[in-house]
Amino acid sequence: MKFFFVTVIIALLSFASGFIFPWWAIAPIAFIITLIVPQKPGFSFLSAFLALLLLWGGLASYIDVKNKHILAGKIAELFLGQKSHYWMILLTALTGGLVAGFSALTAAFIRQKKKHH
Amino acid sequence: MVIPERNNPVSLQRRQQTPSMMRWLFISLSGLISVALIVSLNTRIGKVPALGDFLSPQHGFWQNAEPFDYNFSEVHRLKGLKGKVDVYFDDRLVPHVYAENPTDAVYVQGFLHARFRLWQMEFQTHAAAGRVSEVVGDVALNYDREQRRIGMTYGAELLLLEMENDPLTKSLCDAYSAGINEYISTLSTSELPIEYKLLGYQPEKWSNYKIALFVKSMSKVLAGNSHDLELSSVQHLFSDEEIQLLFPAVSDSLQPIIPPGTEFARPGIEPVKPLSVDTQYFKRQPVTLIQEEDEPNEDNGSNNWVVSGKLTQNGAPILCNDPHLELSLPAIWYEMQMSGPAVNVYGTSFPGIPGIVIGFNDSIAWGVTNSQRDVRDFYEIQFKDDTKREYLYNGKWEKSRMRVEEIVLKDGNTFYDTVAYTVFGPVVYDRSFKNPLHENKAIAMKWKALDPSNEAKGFWLLNHANNYNDYLEAIKYIECPAQNFVFASKSGDIAIWQQGNFPARWDRQGVYIMPGNDSSYLWQGDIPQNENPHALNPEQGFLQSANQRPVDATYPYFIPGNYDLYRGITIHNNLAGRQGITVDDMKNLQTSNYNSFAATIRPLLLRHLQTNNLNAEQKKYYDIVSAWNLKNDPAEKGPAVFNLWVDSIESLVWNDELTELKKVNLMPYEKTLAEALLRDTAFSYVDNVKTPEKETLSALVTEAFIGIQPKLDSLYNTGKLEWAAYKNTTVYHILKKSMMPFARSGLNIGGGQHIVNATQHSHGASWRMVVELGAETQAFVVYPGGQSGNPGSKYYDQFINTWAAGEYYRVWVYKRGDESHPRARWKMQFVPEG
Repeated sequence: MKFFFVTVIIALLSFASGFIFPWWAIAPIAFIITLIVPQKPGFSFLSAFLALLLLWGGLASYIDVKNKHILAGKIAELFLGQKSHYWMILLTALTGGLVAGFSALTAAFIRQKKKHH
Repeated sequence: MVIPERNNPVSLQRRQQTPSMMRWLFISLSGLISVALIVSLNTRIGKVPALGDFLSPQHGFWQNAEPFDYNFSEVHRLKGLKGKVDVYFDDRLVPHVYAENPTDAVYVQGFLHARFRLWQMEFQTHAAAGRVSEVVGDVALNYDREQRRIGMTYGAELLLLEMENDPLTKSLCDAYSAGINEYISTLSTSELPIEYKLLGYQPEKWSNYKIALFVKSMSKVLAGNSHDLELSSVQHLFSDEEIQLLFPAVSDSLQPIIPPGTEFARPGIEPVKPLSVDTQYFKRQPVTLIQEEDEPNEDNGSNNWVVSGKLTQNGAPILCNDPHLELSLPAIWYEMQMSGPAVNVYGTSFPGIPGIVIGFNDSIAWGVTNSQRDVRDFYEIQFKDDTKREYLYNGKWEKSRMRVEEIVLKDGNTFYDTVAYTVFGPVVYDRSFKNPLHENKAIAMKWKALDPSNEAKGFWLLNHANNYNDYLEAIKYIECPAQNFVFASKSGDIAIWQQGNFPARWDRQGVYIMPGNDSSYLWQGDIPQNENPHALNPEQGFLQSANQRPVDATYPYFIPGNYDLYRGITIHNNLAGRQGITVDDMKNLQTSNYNSFAATIRPLLLRHLQTNNLNAEQKKYYDIVSAWNLKNDPAEKGPAVFNLWVDSIESLVWNDELTELKKVNLMPYEKTLAEALLRDTAFSYVDNVKTPEKETLSALVTEAFIGIQPKLDSLYNTGKLEWAAYKNTTVYHILKKSMMPFARSGLNIGGGQHIVNATQHSHGASWRMVVELGAETQAFVVYPGGQSGNPGSKYYDQFINTWAAGEYYRVWVYKRGDESHPRARWKMQFVPEG
């Protein structure tokens, strides 16, 4: 339940921040939420990772479908040498997921210390 | 990465042993990875943009992926508007602007240009101003230096002064620039055109100066070409008579723009040859070639023609125009209608300047082709020393004016370039830039584009013209680049003027570099405007221009230029003596693949080819070229065989004698060889001077044909002998090969050089328009691009397939009361703020 709650909160706050703040706001969001609602480090990582994997992957997929894959195909061809919108969605989702995941993990380790003392 | 797990006894054990150390290790490791990830994803690495930002669906490239069902209806409250403006977009995203106030129409035009084409208009004006290094880095430094040194910024400053001194032009330009800036100010970084995100920079504020820069960039593209430097570098090897034979002024088969037989007035100015021409000009010290950094494409040109109502089925004049430019995405043109109480004009505009450039209004239609006239000459300057502060002029040391150009580089450093200005103009090539001359000698350039003028006003007046006299008044403002303005009115007039400001030259003036120490070599004046070639309602019932020499040899001025020949012949032959012409006939002519050059020369070449000397493979190609229907249609194999054969013949004819010309990459034109051979098959250059025996034309064309077999075999075997596959027509993105996914290549389209459908590999009809001025105007248009400059929009390249297929869109002209017309898809409303 906690896992699900943290994942949803990180995703929602990251989405909201995207309208005002730069892309990297997802990192402090994952970090702070994990400080407030701690889980075991592994779960913290997974929560934040999944939150952004789903948020960025979902947003990218939605935009891509509405765009009938034109731009993602062109960008994939430009950087990866092949016209694959799937690769761009995957790359986007993983980038968001990893940044949020590691921020959360760092916070989780910090919180863990307090428990033991 | 080590992630401690609940049931991992080893990690539990370790944590218990040294909890503090392990904890800190995990924190620092994970923290370090987080920071490293964020920093590296927030940093541009070479050509790869900062990936965190670029991939973020709410910031990066995904924001440019426009939904197919995007709703363009919007309401904008803008400062600076005087009244309400409604814009109706049709199904092709063409805006139909209805403004209550004339300057508001231009204000909204600026806004729309920026909304759909901001990146290209800024990049093109950056390029004009020699500021490419700022965006792409040092690779463009020489390009930027040459732009500055030919006076692009200097010329734009002069133009800006003229524009701002004229109240009408100033109000237009102010409104247009304000509209652009209004759009830029609302733009968030996530909404930036994708090129800014890819290259990593931001748009700056627009200004009237940038409008001037855009006009200068057209001057360079259309009036920045001549062979003076190349010819000067071989002047010591050939006499002027030989050069005239290789580069003749008038072609035998010329169909000039002005119908032959038209009488020309006695010249209002008769320039006098300097006394010293024989020793100081025609016989000079050899000058090593100065290789220009960026030479405009010689095939930049166009077709236009008009037929009077006497020759058409509907009794209404029909006007046609297709300008040939480097094909690009985003397209150079933006189609639109601008209407209001005083004007209702439809056509195509340049994102970068106000008004409509080619189009029609309720009373008239007009089109332009390039004049191809040479308005650029070079002078050899003798500086006193390498400070460039004084140069020898009429026996005295004259002071030069120094202009320091600051070129900002991508790394933030500034390159300072000092350019000396003489009485002739800027010293383009000197010790510091591309100059092979010695002893403080340098090359200055005199160029019509650096004289004051006000072209934007001319186009605006033309948009409002109601009749021939209005048209005549309007086009007088066009000085450079000089254009052939074709005209038709609903009242039945047809006309053409070759309009521009041209120097009155003495015979052969400016063909070579001139002495810069003697005022008698200056241009002595301009050809009076009313003596520019023109025709009104000619007997023949039609007028045409296709970049050919405008007049026959009876015109009283020496007018060097880089003229085409064969497109004009095709158009003339198609229209001459015709009756009952329809719009469809004109579309067919505009997209015609008939090759008049091949029609002229193929019979002679086939007659001289010794077919018994050909093997079976060569015979196969002979059959292809001899059975060819003379049309450069996409599936024909004949055009490739013919072109390769002619190229091979040209090499055999010229290469032995003209090795020096080959070095400077300047060979006589195909038309020159064709006409020389048609005149005399024993043309002296046919003989190879390097062999003892005398070569005949037969031997030469046969050798040329046999020589191309390996090339033909490889094309045949790879399926690339078909014309469309052979030329692989490609519409590149403005950033060329670095942005291939944004280009469209392999288009199935015919045409080519010398052909009315002038489509070459990446060059050709950049806009096609056929207008019938009947009771209700009927207009048909198409261009190889789309209304949106965004590669992520379906409107980016929407028209390309239609264009390639030779088809057109029927224009919808919005009229007051058309609000609920089925073609009015979206409505953008503009209301004054406050």
